[in-house]
Amino acid sequence: MKTICFYFQIHQPFRLKRYRFFDIGADHYYYDDFTNEQIMQRIAACSFLPANQMLLEMIEANKGKFKVAFSISGVALDQLEQYAPEVIESFQALAKTGCVEFLTETSAHSLASIKDEEEFCRQVKDQQQHIQRLFGQKPKTFRNTELIYSDEIGDIVYSLGYKTIITDGAKAVLGWKSPNFVYHSATNSNLKLLLKNNKLSDDMSFRFSNYDWSEYPLVADKFIDWIAQTPEGEQVINLFMNYETFGNLQPQESGIFEFMKALPYFAAQRGIEFLTPSEVALKLKSVGELSVPNPISWADEENDLSSWMGNDLQREALNKLYSVSERIHLCKDRRLLQDWKYLQISDHFFYMSTKQFTDGGLYKYFSPYDSPFDAFTNYMNVLADFLDRLEAQFPSDVDNEELNSLLTTIENQEKEIEKLEKELKKTAKKPAEKKAAEKKPATEKKSAAAAKKAVKKASKKAE
Amino acid sequence: MKALMFGWEFPPHILGGLGTASFGLTRGMAKQEDMDITFCIPKPYGDEDQSFLKIIGLNNTPVVWKDVPYETLKERFGSYMDPQQYYDLRDHIYADFRYLHTNDLGCIEFSGRYPDNLLEEINNYSICAGVIARTEQFDIIHSHDWLTYPAGIHAKSVSGKPLVIHVHATDFDRSRGNVNPDVYRIEKDGMDNADHIMCVSDLTRDTVINKYHQDPRKVSTVHNAVEPISQAIADIEPIRNCQQKVVTFLGRITMQKGPEYFVEAAYRVLQKTDNVRFVMAGSGDMMNAMISLAAKRGIADKFHFPGFQKGLDVYKMLKSSDVYIMPSVSEPFGISPLEAMQVGVPSIISKQSGCAEILNNVIKTDYWDIDAMADAIYSIITYPAMYDYLRIEGKREVDEIKWEYAGLKVRKIYDQVLGR
Repeated sequence: MKTICFYFQIHQPFRLKRYRFFDIGADHYYYDDFTNEQIMQRIAACSFLPANQMLLEMIEANKGKFKVAFSISGVALDQLEQYAPEVIESFQALAKTGCVEFLTETSAHSLASIKDEEEFCRQVKDQQQHIQRLFGQKPKTFRNTELIYSDEIGDIVYSLGYKTIITDGAKAVLGWKSPNFVYHSATNSNLKLLLKNNKLSDDMSFRFSNYDWSEYPLVADKFIDWIAQTPEGEQVINLFMNYETFGNLQPQESGIFEFMKALPYFAAQRGIEFLTPSEVALKLKSVGELSVPNPISWADEENDLSSWMGNDLQREALNKLYSVSERIHLCKDRRLLQDWKYLQISDHFFYMSTKQFTDGGLYKYFSPYDSPFDAFTNYMNVLADFLDRLEAQFPSDVDNEELNSLLTTIENQEKEIEKLEKELKKTAKKPAEKKAAEKKPATEKKSAAAAKKAVKKASKKAE
Repeated sequence: MKALMFGWEFPPHILGGLGTASFGLTRGMAKQEDMDITFCIPKPYGDEDQSFLKIIGLNNTPVVWKDVPYETLKERFGSYMDPQQYYDLRDHIYADFRYLHTNDLGCIEFSGRYPDNLLEEINNYSICAGVIARTEQFDIIHSHDWLTYPAGIHAKSVSGKPLVIHVHATDFDRSRGNVNPDVYRIEKDGMDNADHIMCVSDLTRDTVINKYHQDPRKVSTVHNAVEPISQAIADIEPIRNCQQKVVTFLGRITMQKGPEYFVEAAYRVLQKTDNVRFVMAGSGDMMNAMISLAAKRGIADKFHFPGFQKGLDVYKMLKSSDVYIMPSVSEPFGISPLEAMQVGVPSIISKQSGCAEILNNVIKTDYWDIDAMADAIYSIITYPAMYDYLRIEGKREVDEIKWEYAGLKVRKIYDQVLGR
């Protein structure tokens, strides 16, 4: 029996507004709210809402036999909550059916898995909580930003408690092997890998309405036939795609919704079932190991990282950003932390790709900028302001350990004061002891003030 | 294939981009083995490189019959023109031009520049061209820029050979829209009579189609290219006296080049950083206005006007810069950013420049978008990754833009016009 495993990706970046160098130090808000809101609402209306409605109907009509999975990046969740909360509600309705699995990924849709392991773990945990809070499920399957995967990343993810990872069926890794099986990691036999079937996934999401394509028009029974005709023994067809396939990448009038609705009927005829990724991993055994020493992704022909870190501009921007990651974690300022998250979004680096000079379409379609240089300049200006703000709080000439100990002192002192103040209130009723109690917190306050002064002094030195 | 070309300038004595382009294109075309080029210019100086083409000076083309002995001619022309050529030309004088002012050889004097009596000089050029067209054997006529269109038409009507014209600029570029009717008449006449029109950019092509009402089918684009840098240029040592960054503008300081936008952008950059100097090299009718604008903005201490630069000084200036900027309001092509990129200087160009159509590794802004221009300057001088990327990739890119390829395109058009 063959299985179809659907997983849909939802992601929208926080695009930066036009940020000139003379804004550095003067303006600390970086996002193009108008564009972000407009794009999110448009996609919600033309894609997410009707598609969710469609899936809900399909799940009800098929009485639990039709199943799908979603991975929604943390930044997309933030935007949905902010700009289109009705979409979150409709996802919650889907979650209640029990036929929908939600995967984890990095909360910032970042490249942290490559640049910064600690930050990566933090983001995964963050996202896990976010999913749990919104949809009431504990995610069991992991999907990295842009399906980036390597043996090393697999090990980290496994240590976080995940036993299944979704990634790309890159030719470079698979060679003659078929993506239609479950594999396991070469370094960890308990970690199962589900690989994207590139041909069939792209038939749906990219070629569906292409008149020049020899297979146009694609209809449901033909598509299911292709799946049924895969060699016997091939177990699972992983159809991984952008959720915007429905209604945005393929417009509604192309018939993509009707196509999707017809799939379960034809699948049932040919004895093909639908499962979610974690069910697939439970049900099927791995047929062999897959070694991925160098990171792969689902981008372009090369299936590597060159779309995000292929040129010096991208590498410089990434290095500058992650050079402060240790420091940022000492920080408790919510706005700084939020900017830190949003500046890590992989799309910012994608816009700087110079691959668009040779193969333009996709980059031009997604990028709000005229050129990669424009993207780089804008990002670096924002980053310069961000780094200045961080520097103002934590001057770079105080080293991290010293800073940490100072911060701990302050924190401890504050706790101490709180405790003593409570005591004071209690004792306030007993006038006899009042005097003695008053003296104590006063001295403690003094020492707390002294610690704060030390930090200030250090920051002055930096100036 | 033998082409008769009419031009106005030819290196080393050039006044603008036209001469550079004429030289590069003919040299690129000469790489085709069966290509023969005769190039006519008003006034050769005698030190032109004639290794790959033949140059005929119109000031050495007789229009009035004079009996001059061989020895005299030998003495006058030296090595750059064969006296026999003079006699051949003299045999083809086609009308009585004794009313014109001629010298002892029966030739008309040319300034070879852009004098006040330019229209008269253009007319004289056309008269001499008639003599040459009757003398020379050729398959096709190729006229460079509007000054030589009348000559091309004349040659076409005399010889019956097809005329191809090469539009290096139109008066719409030069005047920001206030077109001189005389110039427009000559340009339009040339285009109407041409069998094919070559433009240096799609931008110019659009102008030719829309403003001169030409049939798009006979207008094509042949982008300019750039000559590889010579050893002499490669050997120039840049001058670096200070740690400050240098941003350079190089060109005529006229309305067309948009110098005021550069000053305004500089003013914005200097508000944020003072580790930078700005240079506006060149001369032109807006120079004094620019000097006072810089003073008015209070940046005169950081804004320099070294004046007109010639020959190797141009490259010395470029090599000593960190950024090259060309904010032209309307630039048919603009070879200078390519030259800057050749010596590894990152360039900022306006989107209204023809060369923007073929360059990727440059920063393009609208000429009026001072903020974007300032941001681009700041970015290059502040973020080393940006500087290095544009320096290395820009050079790599421009090294692949060769006149040879442009020459092949021109050849294709010749073949098409001749129905071969």
